Amino acid sequence: MTVLENTPSAVLVLAIGVLFGTGVYLLLERPLTRVLLGFVLISNGVNLMLLVMGGRAGASPIVGNAPEGVRMSDPLAQAMVLTSIVITLALTAFVLAMAYRSWQLHGHDEVADDVEDRRVARHAATNAPAFEDADAGGLDQTLDEEAADVFDDVDDKDDDRDGARP
Amino acid sequence: MPWSVETLVPLPVMLPLFAAGLTLALHRYARVQRIISVTALAAALAASLGLLFAADAGPIVVEVGSWAVPVGIDLVADRISAVMLTVSFVMLLCVLLYSLGQGVPEGEDDPGTTRGDMIPVAIFHPTFLILAAGVANAFLTGDLFNLYVGFEILLASSAVLLTLGGTAERIRAGSVYIIVTLVSSLLFLTAIALIYGATGTVNMAQLAERLPEIDPTVRTALQLMLLLAFGIKAAIFPLSAWLPDSYPTAPAPVTAVFAGLLTKVGVYSILRAQTVLFPNNPTVDQVLMVLALLTMVIGILGAVAQNDVKRLLSFTLVSHIGYMIFGIALATEAGTAAAIYYVVHHISVQTALFLVVGLVEWRGGSTSLDRLGGLAKIAPGLAVLFFVPAINLAGIPPLSGFLGKVGLLNEGVTVGSGLAWVLVVGSVVTSLLTLYAVVKAWNKAFWQAPSEEIETDVPLPRGMVLPTGALVAFGLLLTVAAGPLYGYAERAATASMDGHTYVDAVFPGGSDRGQGESVVEGDAAGSSTGGGHG
Repeated sequence: MTVLENTPSAVLVLAIGVLFGTGVYLLLERPLTRVLLGFVLISNGVNLMLLVMGGRAGASPIVGNAPEGVRMSDPLAQAMVLTSIVITLALTAFVLAMAYRSWQLHGHDEVADDVEDRRVARHAATNAPAFEDADAGGLDQTLDEEAADVFDDVDDKDDDRDGARP
Repeated sequence: MPWSVETLVPLPVMLPLFAAGLTLALHRYARVQRIISVTALAAALAASLGLLFAADAGPIVVEVGSWAVPVGIDLVADRISAVMLTVSFVMLLCVLLYSLGQGVPEGEDDPGTTRGDMIPVAIFHPTFLILAAGVANAFLTGDLFNLYVGFEILLASSAVLLTLGGTAERIRAGSVYIIVTLVSSLLFLTAIALIYGATGTVNMAQLAERLPEIDPTVRTALQLMLLLAFGIKAAIFPLSAWLPDSYPTAPAPVTAVFAGLLTKVGVYSILRAQTVLFPNNPTVDQVLMVLALLTMVIGILGAVAQNDVKRLLSFTLVSHIGYMIFGIALATEAGTAAAIYYVVHHISVQTALFLVVGLVEWRGGSTSLDRLGGLAKIAPGLAVLFFVPAINLAGIPPLSGFLGKVGLLNEGVTVGSGLAWVLVVGSVVTSLLTLYAVVKAWNKAFWQAPSEEIETDVPLPRGMVLPTGALVAFGLLLTVAAGPLYGYAERAATASMDGHTYVDAVFPGGSDRGQGESVVEGDAAGSSTGGGHG
């Protein structure tokens, strides 16, 4: 009995694994909305994990409510999950707003390159002008514009800005 | 409710939060907003000062809502918390006054043109106050999950501050920042879930008792997860790449707060984790040593390569986090004391530098070293304001940066292991390179021939200069008062390293009091030092 009480259900553990795995995959994508989805998935995975860490379900955790000899659920884990859900909601709203703003500004919501990356790319391009390099073409833009525009390597110029991105 | 010293403990969290609500409700009345914000932060500073003296007698514990630990959440104000709180609120108040002097959180445009257009100023005060509350909560809490909540409060508000106005540049920087933040929060929460699973508690004092009893392998894994989460927030190499990219785009006062505070909250958490929760793990200490070295050297090499003052300072920020981690990783009382002193020094000096750079940008119209020039002639006062914290950062005697570094080097030599010697050498090299970086900035911005582009008649608002001057003076005060302050840091380190002061304060009746019985009003039992009921 005591062993069973502390052994988590395999289904829940598996679900946590799947949520984390898919979440990490989405986090590695470039568009903010997908990153956000990844964040939401992992958050739910963590919430589930907190719940599992609280032990198996039991009677409702109100003192005097549980029948004699029946153990209560752990309310602390649930309180933590509740807090974490609220925080996730707030952050989700913020990231959605930011994705929308990015779409307003640039027509996409992909995470822009580091300005410094573009600076290095420019230096590289100006140092070695012997070959064609898409990075060398951007000198009429400011670094910030370029960082927002260029997110894949060199074939950016052919991209259809409004088209669907794979 | 009778007044007691426990009354002070929740104030640094409550006052800014309450004021944030008020300023949000009164967002139409800019003047009222200002008065409320300044009053709240000044009152919180006063409370922190009170705690600074009160906590010297021993940690003050408050059980929130009189729910007994470990069921309830406790706030613990010990010496480390108190000193962090005090210096944070000094700095927050200065930055708030600076931003008031500036009129509005600035836009990215050149000064004198459309400064601050389209920026929702009304949101600045509530967000800033919530940030203050989050920082105070993180410093005060004695509960790991509450620490997570404090982190989320300050990170959410910092993300709003970073993207004020929603310009393209800030959205770009903000995207990176928020994603890194989210990942570190998820790691932290996962670590909390696993710690709760392993020990059945998230109360730090109870964790300090229970963690030594679990399987050492599991314990090390939990420690590393926590350190990973905190390491991202503290910007330790190789988790530091987000910082120099995102900080410089924010308005000057915001960058100043971020540079001064946010990474230090991460450092503070690492300090707590290493001293209270997971003491005596030499392997992890050695890993931290290596990371400290890499953070110092790679950070400062990044700074040397920069041509923009804001980015240069962001890289020195990353670099100097390495000193604090070095002190913590030494895992001795003197090392921890030096780290605490260094944190205090660095909060004041780094914030002051970023505020000065805000003034430079206002005066010279740019932060690029190529476009600035001759400011020493045009604005000699500004040159002094830059010079003092800059050489302080580099560690020129007799300033506080020198004293902190001497403390670290001294302890590094005392410990005397091979790795410690390497770090001592690394620290000195980093210090020299810091000097090189700031001198380069000084030469280009202040000493070279005045640039044609800089107008000679842009007045600096007194409201911006005075708070900056106050913060620079505060940095000098840290030098003058170094004796008492260093003594305080040493007592703080001793108390946090001895392994029982913290736990005894939270559980005055011994550890079996961990059964969560709240003391009812009028019940005299158990209301010793750790009381705070009623």
